[in-house]
Formats: sequence, structure tokens, C-alpha cells
Amino acid sequence: MRFLFKTSYEQDIRLFRDRVDLFWYVLLALAVVAVPFALDEYYVGETAWVFIYAICGVSLMVLVGYTGLVSLGHAAFLGIGAYAHAYFLGLGLPWVVALGLAVAITTASGVVVGLPALRMTGIYLAIATLAFAVIIQEVFSRWESVTHGFAGMKVDMPTIFGVAFDDDRSFYFLCLFFLVVVLWLTRNLLRSPTGRAWIAIRDSEIAAQSMGVHLATYKTMAFAYSAGLMGLAGALFAHKIAYLAPDIFTILLSIQFLLLVIVGGLGSLHGAVFGAIFVALLPPLIAILRDSIPASLADLATATGIDVIGTVGAAIGAFLSKPGVEAGVFGLILVLMILLEPLGMYGRWLKIKLFFSTFPMYKAATFKRQKTYMRSERLR
Amino acid sequence: MSFFTADKLSINFGGIKAVDGVSFDVAQGEVFTIIGPNGAGKTTIFNLVSRIYEPTGGKLTFDGTDITNIPPHKVAALGIARTFQNIELFEHATLLQNLLLARHTHKKSDFFSELFFTPSVRRMEVEHREAVEKAIDFLDLQQYRDSLIVNLPYGVRKVTELARALCTEPKLLLLDEPSSGLNVEETEDMAFWIRDIKDLLGITVLMVEHDMSLVSAVSDRVMALNYGRPLALGTPAEVQAHPEVIRAYLGG
Repeated sequence: MRFLFKTSYEQDIRLFRDRVDLFWYVLLALAVVAVPFALDEYYVGETAWVFIYAICGVSLMVLVGYTGLVSLGHAAFLGIGAYAHAYFLGLGLPWVVALGLAVAITTASGVVVGLPALRMTGIYLAIATLAFAVIIQEVFSRWESVTHGFAGMKVDMPTIFGVAFDDDRSFYFLCLFFLVVVLWLTRNLLRSPTGRAWIAIRDSEIAAQSMGVHLATYKTMAFAYSAGLMGLAGALFAHKIAYLAPDIFTILLSIQFLLLVIVGGLGSLHGAVFGAIFVALLPPLIAILRDSIPASLADLATATGIDVIGTVGAAIGAFLSKPGVEAGVFGLILVLMILLEPLGMYGRWLKIKLFFSTFPMYKAATFKRQKTYMRSERLR
Repeated sequence: MSFFTADKLSINFGGIKAVDGVSFDVAQGEVFTIIGPNGAGKTTIFNLVSRIYEPTGGKLTFDGTDITNIPPHKVAALGIARTFQNIELFEHATLLQNLLLARHTHKKSDFFSELFFTPSVRRMEVEHREAVEKAIDFLDLQQYRDSLIVNLPYGVRKVTELARALCTEPKLLLLDEPSSGLNVEETEDMAFWIRDIKDLLGITVLMVEHDMSLVSAVSDRVMALNYGRPLALGTPAEVQAHPEVIRAYLGG
């Protein structure tokens, strides 16, 4: 067991809690850098999706997990970022300028959505953002001079300052770079007054206000920052997907982002990354299982001579190839997660970590929460 | 010119006059308590002072400034802090984060310096933590510093709210029923702390309270209220002996 003795305020402020913490993060960094050299090109490409989704996750985590504002329209911000980036690249602007403009435009649209959001909370806000997303999707399909409507828009791999990021490996590192920057910036905000103000708004608006937090300013800031990150993710998304069409940025994608932060664990940046791993890697995992389960079970059937195993394998393969299985599995996992682990994957991670750090004295009750019913709703 | 004055303060909710022309003034350095039966309008007065409600009439003056029409988030910066009857802490944050949020009016950093966590932000953070530790020491909360509020017992939460209010470095402290839900021992502690806040920190206290032992122990002056109107004003003993007050509480 390890005890952490605090001897200076810096210990609470700095990014890594102690040397042990730092050691693990360095190890993680080395592993992440080694992945493209160790894995097949296909898997490297899929891992880049994890990074893009993780940026989306951080974006939504700031809004939902830290400020307590629910958005069902984040795919729209992703789309705005993607289309803006592609459009400015099409005009012949340098990559960095196009990216900057895309982020700026998305941030501005976040402010526009954030302003009416000041009067709404909970389900009403979710509906309003949903309406926004529907409108934006309509704009994508109708504003053909910019988006080319359903004809779509081709996006080439980026060339930044003359360096071409034209294969999966180099693009992997580009996405990784932006994810690390986003995590760093967001962590900075969360350990300074702005982040605390967001958390305060989430837990008690009335107390936050009495402590001098201007609710409108900070809610708008959360929306703008969240949208800006989504714009950045959108730009990377555009390159990754290579071809933009309005029907990519649907409500289902927004729901997938929401699923990401809930499964990952609301109120933690770790959760955003865990959730992204889950959301980005589940579809390829299903695809792999679809092919490998029937094949391996067929092998087993010939080896043992029991034909039933082969039949079962074929049935599983056929089931997994049915359309909608992916959505079904997502839904099932979401339901199980909410029932069994409301703190998400991050909560599970904390429990595993505590188990090892306090071994053999782990108590399951450490994470039990008492239900409380004393908050007043009178002043809401 | 008094430190804090409420002049003919009124608010109507529909046809109900919740507070009806209440005037009182609080001198610097005193503990002023408002008592009254349930529904007398005590908490409403607090919500008027902290600007959550818009008064229908009257005027509020604090430290020479008219605060009747300032927005609610500016109240803290003027030096008025409050606690809540039903505890409004940030439950899924640690005690330390709760207290640090109270330093919000003292922040000097903007969004972009925080985004990059510049050395000046870091320096400010350390300063805030020093200020917060003083409140933690003052109210003996050391052992709960890193606990989430949801995991703390009720009594500790009540003290945490007091600590959070102190962290804003107020000149006037509004305490809304500081003893509600506390046992006898915790109430005694609360009485000591309120006296210390007044004597050692020199903070003026405006309090709403039901527990008469706490009221008599700490108050310099007491105002009794019923149906939004003041009944009596004076020392705790005077008010308790006032026939109107006895009638309001006991009927008849």
C-alpha cells in the first residue's frame, strides 16, 4: 500500500500526482507511440478513430460531465467543423489556417446555440440542441455551393507545412498530437477557476451564483469551448473519412457521442478516452468476431467430429452479419452499464486500481454512495 | 449611515405579501438575528438580500452602496456571503474544490491564461489554496479536505457551507438556519464558531434561526417577524419576553 503525503500546494495543482503516476503515463505514451510500428496498417487506422472520438468525448465531457448541460446535437458541431475545414482547404488555404477557421466557426456556432441554452436545463436543452442538429443537417444538404449537398465532398489527406500526412501511420500521429493537446488544455481549465465554476454550475446553480459565478457567461463558455473542440475533431474526421456527406452527421452520431461519455464515465477526462476506445473499437471488433467465430468453430467441429459446433458457429456468424446488430450491442452495453456500473468504465478502472493499491485490504463498500434527499428544488 | 440597511423592503408572490415593508439596520460587527414562525418571511428576506428575488418595493443599502438592483452574481464581490437552509454544496466535488470555488471573486486570470495554465495562474492557485487552508484550520475540517461532499455526514456539510462562505472573505455573512439538522453538541460548536467569526474575524453576521438557545448565545440584537411584518426588535431577552412574539408562537 502506498500513502501520499502532501507537503506543498503544488502537489494538488500539478498534472501528475507523483512519480509513480508519471511513470505509468510515460509507459502509456511509449506504448501509444509504439503501436503504429507494431500493428498492421488496418489497426493503426482504427486506432486513429479512437483519438478522434476521444477529442469528441472530451468536448462532450466538458459540457455534459462537467457543466451538466445535455446536448443531443454535437454531431452538428462535428459537421460544421468538418465542412468548414474541407471548404477552406478547397479554397486553397494552408492547412493550419483552414483548421483555425473551422475551429473559430464552430466555436461561434457554439456561442449561438449556447445563448438560448442559458434559459433551459435538462430535457428542454436536449430537445433544443436536437432541433439545432436537425436544422444544421438540413443546411448541409441544401447549401450546395459550399457543401455540394448529397453529391458529397472529397477531402484529401492533409499536407501541413509541406509535410504530407498521407498514410495511416502519419495520420495516427497527427490525431495523437491533437488529442494530447486537447487533454492538456482541458485539464488546465479544469484545475483553474473556470473549471471549478463549471463544476459548481453542474452541482448547484444557486450556490454558484451566490459565490459570484455569472451563470450565463460560464455556460456560454462551456458551450463555445465544447463546440470548438468538436470543430477540431471535425477537421480530423473529414480527413479520416475522406468523403463528406450530410447523412454522416445524424442524430445517431450525436447519441453515439452521448453514449461515449456515459459509458466512459461522466465527470472525468479518463472517461472520455475510455468511452472513445469503446465506441471506436466496438464495430471493428464485431466485424472481426463475425468472421473468426464461424471459422474457428468450424475448425473445432472438424477436429472433434461434432457437427453441431459448426452449425452454431455459422448461426452466430449469420446473426452478427445482420444489419442493426451494432446498434443493438451498443444499446445492450449502455443498459448494462447504467444498471451495473453507473460511474462508467472510469469507475470500474478506479475500483481495479484501488484493489491493487490497497491489496489485500480492498473494501467493495468504498464506492458505495449513500442516497441523499435533502437538496431543495425550491429555488430552481 | 449604517453598515447594512433594509428600508421598507417588500415582495409579493401573487397576492401574498411574503415580506411587507420590513425595515432594519445592522451595525458593523454585530450578530443580528431574524426569528419567526414558519412562513414568516425570514428566508425570503435572505433571498432578497442575496438578490435571488426581485423586491417589489423598498431599498437595500450595504456599506454605503445601493444594492437593490445589482445582479445576483455581483453580491459576493461586494463582500456578502451566504449559506443555505438546505445545504447547497457542490456534491460531486471535493471539500477543497468547494472552498476554492468560493475564491471565484478573487480570481484575476482570464480564460486564455487558464487554458495554458500560465505561471501567474499557478501562482494565484497557490494563493487561493493558502486562503482556503485558513478557513479549513479555523473550522477544523482538515480530515475531510479531499473527501467528496456526497460522502460527508450532514453536520460536516453544514460546517463546510460556513467555511465556503468564509472563503469569499465577506464583510457581511448571511447564515440561513445554521443549526437546522444539527444535534445539541454540533449546535454548541456552531455557536462558538459564530462568536469567533464575529470576534476574531470581525465579520458582521445576519442570521435566521429557530434554535432559541443559539439565538440567545450569539445574537446582539433580534428581530421577530410574522406574516412578513416585524413584531419586535431588541436584545434576545427583550424580544423573547415581548407579548406579540409570545402570541405569534403560542397563539391566543
